[in-house]
Amino acid sequence: MSASLRLSPANGAEWREAARLLAAGEATLMSLWGDEGRMRMALRQASGAFLFVEAACEDGSFPSVAAVHAPADRLERAACDLFGFTALEAADKRRWLDHGRWPLRHPLGQPVPHDGAPDAYPFLKAEGEGLHQIPVGPVHAGIIEPGHFRFHAGGEAVVRLEERLGYVHKGVDRLMRGANLERGGVLAARVSGDSTVAYGVAFARAVEAALGIEAPPRAHGLRGLMAELERIANHFGDIGAVCNDAAFALMHAHCGILRERTLRTAKAAFGHRLMMDAVVPGGVAVDLTSEGAETIRALVRHVRTTFPSLVQLYDNTASLQDRTVGTGVLDADLARRFGVGGVVGRASGRDFDARRDCPYPPYDAMSFKVPIRRAGDVNARIWVRIEEVGESLDLIETMLLRLSGGPVRATLASPGGACESFALIEAFRGDVFAHVRLADDGLVARCHLRDASWFQWPLLEAAIEGNIVADFPLCNKSFNCSYSGCDL
Amino acid sequence: MRNTLLLGLRPPLTESAPGAEDPELAALAATVKEAAERALGRSLAIRHVDAGSCNGCELEIHALGNAFYDLERFGFRFVASPRHADVLLVTGPVTLNMREALQRTYDATPGPKWVVASGGCAADGGVFAGSYAIAGGVSSVVPVDLVIPGCPPSPAALLRGLLALMTGGSK
Repeated sequence: MSASLRLSPANGAEWREAARLLAAGEATLMSLWGDEGRMRMALRQASGAFLFVEAACEDGSFPSVAAVHAPADRLERAACDLFGFTALEAADKRRWLDHGRWPLRHPLGQPVPHDGAPDAYPFLKAEGEGLHQIPVGPVHAGIIEPGHFRFHAGGEAVVRLEERLGYVHKGVDRLMRGANLERGGVLAARVSGDSTVAYGVAFARAVEAALGIEAPPRAHGLRGLMAELERIANHFGDIGAVCNDAAFALMHAHCGILRERTLRTAKAAFGHRLMMDAVVPGGVAVDLTSEGAETIRALVRHVRTTFPSLVQLYDNTASLQDRTVGTGVLDADLARRFGVGGVVGRASGRDFDARRDCPYPPYDAMSFKVPIRRAGDVNARIWVRIEEVGESLDLIETMLLRLSGGPVRATLASPGGACESFALIEAFRGDVFAHVRLADDGLVARCHLRDASWFQWPLLEAAIEGNIVADFPLCNKSFNCSYSGCDL
Repeated sequence: MRNTLLLGLRPPLTESAPGAEDPELAALAATVKEAAERALGRSLAIRHVDAGSCNGCELEIHALGNAFYDLERFGFRFVASPRHADVLLVTGPVTLNMREALQRTYDATPGPKWVVASGGCAADGGVFAGSYAIAGGVSSVVPVDLVIPGCPPSPAALLRGLLALMTGGSK
């Protein structure tokens, strides 16, 4: 979904009323971010309508949303780090992205030089007889992204997990400022490499909506194909990796083959295994040949013949289910409060998918099922992924059938003046929110990209509570949150 | 079902299929094997460090372990601790928030050791060059023996890079 922004006037009363709506469960937080001299917030109301509010930070402060609505906490802290604002009445005043290691503070606000001496970070406490701490990271044992996990454990059971992220903060928001649209697209494509297509589409659609143009129909079809290939490649990887964390290597090996075949198909059809930089503002950078389309059809046929036996293997292996059923349960009410998207939300009964609920082409003209489970455990998250693969295969076939001819890239109009808009795109991990504000010279003045993981990471802390430490890898992998996507 | 699953992992997939689909890879695989054995006697332990990558490089490094590339048949293996490693495979533009962690990982790796910078970001900061938040390339923090270009480098490129390290690197 994308549309023009109609902003409410900057006014403390509206900001507080929006925060109240969130706290009362009458709206879902879509994102919260800083801009020049103000804080901005996007909400989705129960009716499906979007609401945008701002808080002018004239004296450098604004009323904290996190004080009444916990899901806003890390977004708010990140915005304060980048812009130097103060969130009034906020309970947690620790810096989030800024570890004190940059040569400056407030890189997007009024920068202040800093000596780069790291800040102390007091972790939340858990107290009780026999409790011990387990610090993990930022360098992890596997081939994964860096972050720090602080466990408090009582014997085997996790009493509290607290995450500390920000290690891969690359300064994307400031690099975006002043970038032209091509460079902006390249940066967006590298916010989270596993979701490069989704981020490409999110950035492109926000830019297109701001400029008031629409990509050609064929470009929409190709974006859809790439997005679904990206989704199944990641789902194969995740299904295999979760099973591997339960020491069931056979599933991992087979899912690895399916993932590799998907990436090779992407390379043959779109020229890059991850399809990086294939989506650009205005359309797509690469057209699909008839041979390319046939490779995709062949992949779909192959997956349809091999994947069912893997699903059967998962379903029939009691020792594996013993690890996944009832493990890492995410409460449905928490999922709803946090407005958590993607597999994590849908496995806990939150029936939301941006492709269906905030439709954008090519999905607006297609019907598909959004798989839902209610158990909220590792098993449910695996099943949602399994069922989503099936839906994606159907979508891919339909998209290929309906793929229209014609150009794949529209000319980008130069803006008549400063303009802005947003988009909401369903990545494999959940909904990505993109806000783009263009200056009158057509360069990016502000770009805010909010990964689905912002609302998933805090819930991992909740889901692991009371589980044994040894089940953390299973829980973590079944969430598969992005580090880079949140650290930016 | 059992047969399908087990047969699916046997040759020809692991050995011949990559060759059939990608002759370059098969030839490369043969040379890597020979070179790795000569230099290290069938064992090279690799510790991966993400120093700020977008996760694209990690996906392709992961792929080295799948049945098509099956890195372990050459004696390469990924280890969980720098204390067990011969090679640090570093990705990302080295964010300032990761610089100390990378330095400490390097210090914890016993010599002789090699550092491979994987991907455009690790080479020189890539698309993130010039940011206030990055050190700018792995070599600005620890000595680098080899750079594997690409965004991200494909598994074949990673194999090729490890080969170059083996044939060129003696410490």
